[in-house]
Amino acid sequence: MKLPLSYIARNLWTRRLTTALTASGLALVVFVFATVLMLDEGLRKTLVTTGEYDNVVLIRRASETEVQSGVYRDQATIAASHPSIALGADGEPLVSKETVVLIALNKRGTDKPANVVIRGVGKLGLALRPQIRLSAGRMFRPGSSEIITGSGIAKRFSGTAVGETLRFGQRDWTVVGTFDAGNSGFDSEIWGDADQLMQAFRRPVYSSVIVRLNDSREFDAFKKDIEGDQRLTLEAKREQSFYADQSKALSTFISILGMTLSIIFSIGAMIGAMITMYASVANRVAEIGTLRALGFRRRSILAAFLAESLLLALIGGAAGLFFASFMQFLSFSTVNFQSFSELAFGFTLNPAIVIKSLLFALLMGFVGGFLPALRAGRMKIVDSLRAA
Amino acid sequence: MQTLKLILKNAMRHKLRTALTVLGLVVATLAFGLLQTVVGAWYAGANAASNTRLVTRNAISLVFPLPLSYEARIRGIDGVNGVAYGNWFGGIYQEPKNFFPQFAISTRSYLDLYPEFVLNDDQRAAFERDRKGCVVGKKLAAQYGFKIGDVIPLKGTIFPGQWEFVVRGIYEGKNATTDTSQFFFHWDYLNETMLKTAKPRANQVGFYVVRIANADNAASVSRAIDTQFKNSLAETLTETEKAFQLGFVSMSEAIVVAIRVVSFVVIVIIMAVMANTMAMSARERLAEYATLKALGFGPGFLAQLIFGESLLIALFGATLGIALLFPVAHAFSAKMGTLFPVFEIAPRTLLLQFLAALTVGIVAAIAPTLRSTRVNIVDGLRSIG
Repeated sequence: MKLPLSYIARNLWTRRLTTALTASGLALVVFVFATVLMLDEGLRKTLVTTGEYDNVVLIRRASETEVQSGVYRDQATIAASHPSIALGADGEPLVSKETVVLIALNKRGTDKPANVVIRGVGKLGLALRPQIRLSAGRMFRPGSSEIITGSGIAKRFSGTAVGETLRFGQRDWTVVGTFDAGNSGFDSEIWGDADQLMQAFRRPVYSSVIVRLNDSREFDAFKKDIEGDQRLTLEAKREQSFYADQSKALSTFISILGMTLSIIFSIGAMIGAMITMYASVANRVAEIGTLRALGFRRRSILAAFLAESLLLALIGGAAGLFFASFMQFLSFSTVNFQSFSELAFGFTLNPAIVIKSLLFALLMGFVGGFLPALRAGRMKIVDSLRAA
Repeated sequence: MQTLKLILKNAMRHKLRTALTVLGLVVATLAFGLLQTVVGAWYAGANAASNTRLVTRNAISLVFPLPLSYEARIRGIDGVNGVAYGNWFGGIYQEPKNFFPQFAISTRSYLDLYPEFVLNDDQRAAFERDRKGCVVGKKLAAQYGFKIGDVIPLKGTIFPGQWEFVVRGIYEGKNATTDTSQFFFHWDYLNETMLKTAKPRANQVGFYVVRIANADNAASVSRAIDTQFKNSLAETLTETEKAFQLGFVSMSEAIVVAIRVVSFVVIVIIMAVMANTMAMSARERLAEYATLKALGFGPGFLAQLIFGESLLIALFGATLGIALLFPVAHAFSAKMGTLFPVFEIAPRTLLLQFLAALTVGIVAAIAPTLRSTRVNIVDGLRSIG
């Protein structure tokens, strides 16, 4: 014999103010919890879409990022002649020798500079990254002082929209286009002609060489050849894992901080739920006695109060998720500790996060409601009937 | 006195509920204080900056070096009375997660410019004598167990190769806010190695630290330095040390803002819990309030009772939270090691914690007070909680 759900829901409705206050506390915790998960997911998505699985990045051994790396021209040429590298339609190997440096740019409307990645690419640089589309203007002409900017940059930094100019390396560079890299890390970069940028920055070396393999299964052999070659001081990584490694520190930091906060906050919310449920039990002693006298079992009473607490948590959790889902319209930009450059990413909501957040809310409801429900279930019929 | 007694008795009527509320408040004030301290730790570098020091770097960005020859030219500028230089080394000790800042420094001039790094004379002399010597901060030495005479191997990332340094000194901070998690070695040692292995990269400096005689001239001296190198191959950007450090903070500003916002969220959560507790108490005691009114007590007295109880619980919880902040912050700082080189509780944090508790106490009492003062006596006497 079970107590109907409508009885449970009506109990919450009777004490509307208390229900609303407790649920809003729970909602705030779930909001923080979900937002952190969404941020981490957004970061992961950005970095996974940055790299292509078939592409390989070659950088100087022991340098962790492209900015720290240096690849001499002769080494780049030797590496680019490896037979495992795919050939394009014109019989040219699919290789882009690139130079990557950071420049300090001011954000629009402020004088706060941030480090932005500027990447000089070869003529196949775009072909090697199929996710990139020009969204405005045109491609830069090779051999000229023209640049194109990623969509994340064009919005946030001054002098980076089509038609504007940037001054660095004793030259004025005209922005002739903006590109959209499908929310990948390239959206936070500026691209230009590799040889022109090397001249301007007086860096006679490339930073990295990007190659497309014939067959991605040849990667291990290719890596062994490159790293075993006495003439080269390079290491090879799949582009995807290269970018994933770049953000490990930031991702770890976000998740540890977020989880710590969620756990601390959940203590507060659980205490709130516990207070509410204890009061709910204390106010209904006679009611519980009557139910028991009618023949409802201890089990059903316990289940009813636990269900009330879980329902309360579910209301809070749903409200928290509802507000967290609006975070998807915002983007978040911060410095990536490892590459020392600005990176923009969004909040991504997916079914897994929805389920995790609701489970987290239910867990809080369970912990908060268990002891009060136990108390309700253990009442003696005679004593509780007297309590009215 | 009688009122206070009544408030105390009221607060102790539901021992379990009051205890839970106090516990919630302790957790919230503690979390709030800890988060504020974390935000403060972010600004530690900027707060410890001296206003008579400027930092000169390449105008393009920090990853570009400046020629060594600039040192003499900067020294010759009016108002400058000391120049030192250094390079960010960025090596890896054992594994990437053991991060700590490493600088190659122009030994004597650099240490002279930073009197807050306290190093005894014997250790300083030993460091200056040994080409491969290095000096580590007290906190860093404690974290990895470095002792004088130890050899520290570092894997270069920016400057390739395996490097080895011998600990010749351990410096202490002049005050609690000095960063003692840094690692210094001789710039000359770095440069000699570069001359051997990568000639184009030799005689290059990452940044110059400039001491000025008068802090009021910071802007004009900065301008003079930058004008000196205008239109050269390596243009400079000079700013005060504080502005330079704040530049780093502003890069991760989004995270700082998020932590700030979240620290207030925890206060809002506990406000909901506290308001709930007070609303329940008032609901249960409506009949009593009506009785008090029937006896001739005015609404002012009821407000005193409810506000008194709410503030009593809030401030008691906050006091416990503030008291606990000190040991917790100490443990947190020890666990985090050099991630937060400076982790000090600011007096402002304690004040904020107290104010937050006060706000929670006041806000929580508003709704129940309104309700109890408005209730008419007949209805109140009928109510059964």
